[in-house]
Amino acid sequence: MTTVAVRDSGVPTSGVLAALRRRGKLWLLALTVLAWVAVWAATRGTSTQEIGGATLTDAHQWFRGRAAWVEDAASAGTNPVFGLANGIADLLNGLIAFLQRLFTVPEFPRPYPEIGWLGVIAMAAWVTYAVAGWRSVLLVVPSFLAFGFLGYWEDSLDLLIITLVSVFIAVVIGIPLGVAMAHSKIVSAILTPVLDVMQTMPSFIYLLPLTIVFGIGSAAATIVTLIYALPPVVRITAHGIRSVSPSTLEATRSLGQSGWQRLRNVELPMSKRTVIVGINQTMMAALSMATIAAFIDSPGLGQPVLEGLRRGQLGASAVAGLAIVIMAIMLDRTTTAASIRAERAARAGRDDRRRRRLVLTGTGVLTLAAIGVSHNQVWANPFPSSPDLGSPIAAGVDRFADWLRTDLSGLTTAIQEAFTVWFLNPVQDLVANSPWFVTAAALLAVAAIAGGRRALASTAVCLAGIYFLDLWYNAMVTLTSVFTATAVTMVVGVALGVWMGRSGLADRAIRPVLDAAQTIPPFVYLVPILILFGPNRFTAIVAGVIYAVPPATKLIADGIRGVAPATVEAAESAGTSRLQMITKVQIPMARGALLVAGNQGLLYVLSMVVIGGMVGAGALGFDIVTGFRQTSMIGRGLAAGVAIVLLGIMLDRITTHAANQSASTNPTTATHRRRRPLTGGIA
Amino acid sequence: MSDAALSVHGLWKVFGPKAGSIIGTPDADLPRPELLARTGCVAAVKDVSFDVAPGEVFVVMGLSGSGKSTLVRCLTRLIEPSAGSIEIDGDDVVTMSDSRLRELRRTHVSMVFQHFGLLPHRQVIDNVAYGLEVRGEPKSKRLARSQEMVDLVGLSGNEHSYPDQLSGGMQQRVGLARALAADPSVMLFDEPFSALDPLIRRDMQNEVIRLHDEVGKSMVFVTHDLAEALKLGDRILIMRDGAVVQVGTPAEVVARPADDYVRDFVSDVPRSHVLTLRYVMREPGPDDSTEGPVMSSDTVVRQAARAALASEHVVRVVDDGELVGIVDDDAILRVVVAEEEATPA
Repeated sequence: MTTVAVRDSGVPTSGVLAALRRRGKLWLLALTVLAWVAVWAATRGTSTQEIGGATLTDAHQWFRGRAAWVEDAASAGTNPVFGLANGIADLLNGLIAFLQRLFTVPEFPRPYPEIGWLGVIAMAAWVTYAVAGWRSVLLVVPSFLAFGFLGYWEDSLDLLIITLVSVFIAVVIGIPLGVAMAHSKIVSAILTPVLDVMQTMPSFIYLLPLTIVFGIGSAAATIVTLIYALPPVVRITAHGIRSVSPSTLEATRSLGQSGWQRLRNVELPMSKRTVIVGINQTMMAALSMATIAAFIDSPGLGQPVLEGLRRGQLGASAVAGLAIVIMAIMLDRTTTAASIRAERAARAGRDDRRRRRLVLTGTGVLTLAAIGVSHNQVWANPFPSSPDLGSPIAAGVDRFADWLRTDLSGLTTAIQEAFTVWFLNPVQDLVANSPWFVTAAALLAVAAIAGGRRALASTAVCLAGIYFLDLWYNAMVTLTSVFTATAVTMVVGVALGVWMGRSGLADRAIRPVLDAAQTIPPFVYLVPILILFGPNRFTAIVAGVIYAVPPATKLIADGIRGVAPATVEAAESAGTSRLQMITKVQIPMARGALLVAGNQGLLYVLSMVVIGGMVGAGALGFDIVTGFRQTSMIGRGLAAGVAIVLLGIMLDRITTHAANQSASTNPTTATHRRRRPLTGGIA
Repeated sequence: MSDAALSVHGLWKVFGPKAGSIIGTPDADLPRPELLARTGCVAAVKDVSFDVAPGEVFVVMGLSGSGKSTLVRCLTRLIEPSAGSIEIDGDDVVTMSDSRLRELRRTHVSMVFQHFGLLPHRQVIDNVAYGLEVRGEPKSKRLARSQEMVDLVGLSGNEHSYPDQLSGGMQQRVGLARALAADPSVMLFDEPFSALDPLIRRDMQNEVIRLHDEVGKSMVFVTHDLAEALKLGDRILIMRDGAVVQVGTPAEVVARPADDYVRDFVSDVPRSHVLTLRYVMREPGPDDSTEGPVMSSDTVVRQAARAALASEHVVRVVDDGELVGIVDDDAILRVVVAEEEATPA
């Protein structure tokens, strides 16, 4: 503590003074905001750099020019890089088209696909039994039946095809990469920042550039999904291999094993369970991305959700969303069961193994028979259209939405307006309606105070970038949504997190809910919130909050739980009250976790607020969505994508440096300095 | 020293930047904190030399941080030594290629570790067989050999258990069997019983003594426990801050500590259990009775005490038919009584 104070101020200061300096930071931040408000009051509405919704500036035209060049080069096929991209796209499109003809698309001259519902369900059940055990079969079979009875058999299978193909490629690439990372510091140093970028960049942004290279459709969908889903399996594999007990490694080394024997006999078997957890994370990330890929015309359940949102048929969206949720739960539970089973299967006795082989062979024959029947018999091929569960649910949802809008609109509107008038509008007025240089100066000051010189430098670069992209005003509106949503997220996160951290009962009750919320693709969240609040900025903010609360809460709860029990006990024996314990011991000692939670909250919220662009949040998200829809606006869409990346980097740098500074003045929080949770991801 | 099973000469291990350049300079003789401050290096092993005879149990002992674990790891280059020479069965270990080194580890030297280092996903029998597996023995042969080893260490019936189903002592028996399976000429033990509770530790020590009697390997045994060192060692090497303080038989170390460090170390030792008559006898005089009991000079005092005190005559110490000394009741009582004063009940 003292040494840091010495370095910062050049004068020796005691611990007390250092603490005062920390408080001083808060005062400085408050002063900055006050000064900002004062200047804003005098200058509001001038130099806001606001441009019309369809305005295209030179910067946007430049982007459009680049896009056109890439498109030409890609279609001409003379450039080897794009030639390769074309080759990959053809390969993927071919593979997925082949799988679709097997399962979901009529294979001419047949009026039906090669394999019908009976065969698909039999295969799914057999594979599930083989990797995850019979209990999971009891979940998988009803799930597949639900896809059909909800009326989305083909869309569900298409989504599964895109997801599983991406996961397969991610695993084939990712496990060797993870092994290489664990073995080589150089590889690790190169890959870590790349994976950081892949995970922090809101996925919505690279959709557009990738379609220019790969065209729209299955291939681009598989590749965006792969990009987004690859990091977890790489990181967790590397983590698993690094955590192999050093004493086992040393002991086996002393027996004279070669490098290959170490990998095959020691590292891979001992990290098997962790690697499967990585595959689980990759699978969930892939599902959520493959859903969003509907924006670039990916086949699958995302299509009906998006279609419903566009046409205002929320009932249809909700049913498709329900199918996605069922799929998410099914995939999550099955891969989790597989990771637990991996260990038990390895320990099965010889008799068990023989029996299992017999059962697998027997059921395998039955599965083949079911596939044959579904190929030849019409009753077993197209999924029966009755009973139709989807339509009544859709109608029910629509009725409910109508009822909400007519009878409950008072309440939802009141909530929404109170938040908008008292919180959102003033913040937006301040951030976006100040002259651009005033806001920029204020943000730079905040960065400097909270994060120091390095945060200041990153912020300056990012703000300059946003300015030259001619999207200043929209970026500030988006930033407002991010600020407000993060503020709400932190309030909720701290309340829940402190409660969970202090009470094991609360933890056991709430954590499964948070886990479940995190397995659902974020895109699906929008549907119920839209039903409640209609398309506007508020809806996007609520979606962002709901998306960001689970990870933030978990981080805070773990931080509170991580406070040394000895300290808590000592404070208790000194007669600390419950409130004092929370405010004077637990929260200060978990400050590092809080800052990391804030960092994650900002990034999660940012990515969701962008998706909210399509449901009336406007600003940068809207610019991107327009870029998808109208070729003339593609330049502005790309520019908006870059602006969002810059916003993300700026927020990440400020909060990361703030957390690091806090950690170096407060040793108890040093353990929370890890930049990103292993599995943290953002759609 | 070509007849030694293991011969170490001038061995150094320095951790830190430009570690090699320190050896041979005056810096190398600095105490550890000063060396660290001056060069950023830590000399874990400083100029250690010793020989281990075939079949000998050679104990390396010292407090934690004395460099004993680093030393034993240098012997098969699990840690790369900075300087010095190591010969095992006449082969120079330091200059070996990686493949020859692997060969050495597979066939000549095996090691038992403090934290066992078992493979948790393999059954006991497959853990024991692992060393044979990596050197490419056919399955039937390695399983037969492993079964023998499992029986030898007293784990019969647990072949198909997994390590986490066994107690710590049983896990270390697996480690022992694994090390024995390759039929090495030298076995290294790195504090193998420190993680076990005292009763189990005593069993395991007896087990090592029994196995040594049965298989007769040369052993290098690292421990921080003096009682263990005295119990197992034919000779003991005492280390402090990386350097050798004393090498000698248990009785030598107890009777003639090289310096205050060793003296302090051995002060609590029950001397009558360790000292032999050689260290308590006096020159024979013309007046000494010739009717007392006859004993050899390496008889431990405690074993000699009863007969010596029961006899009215002094004990005559005879080696190879020649009278080398006399032990009277006073000499015996000095050892026994001093001990009781030193260790209040």
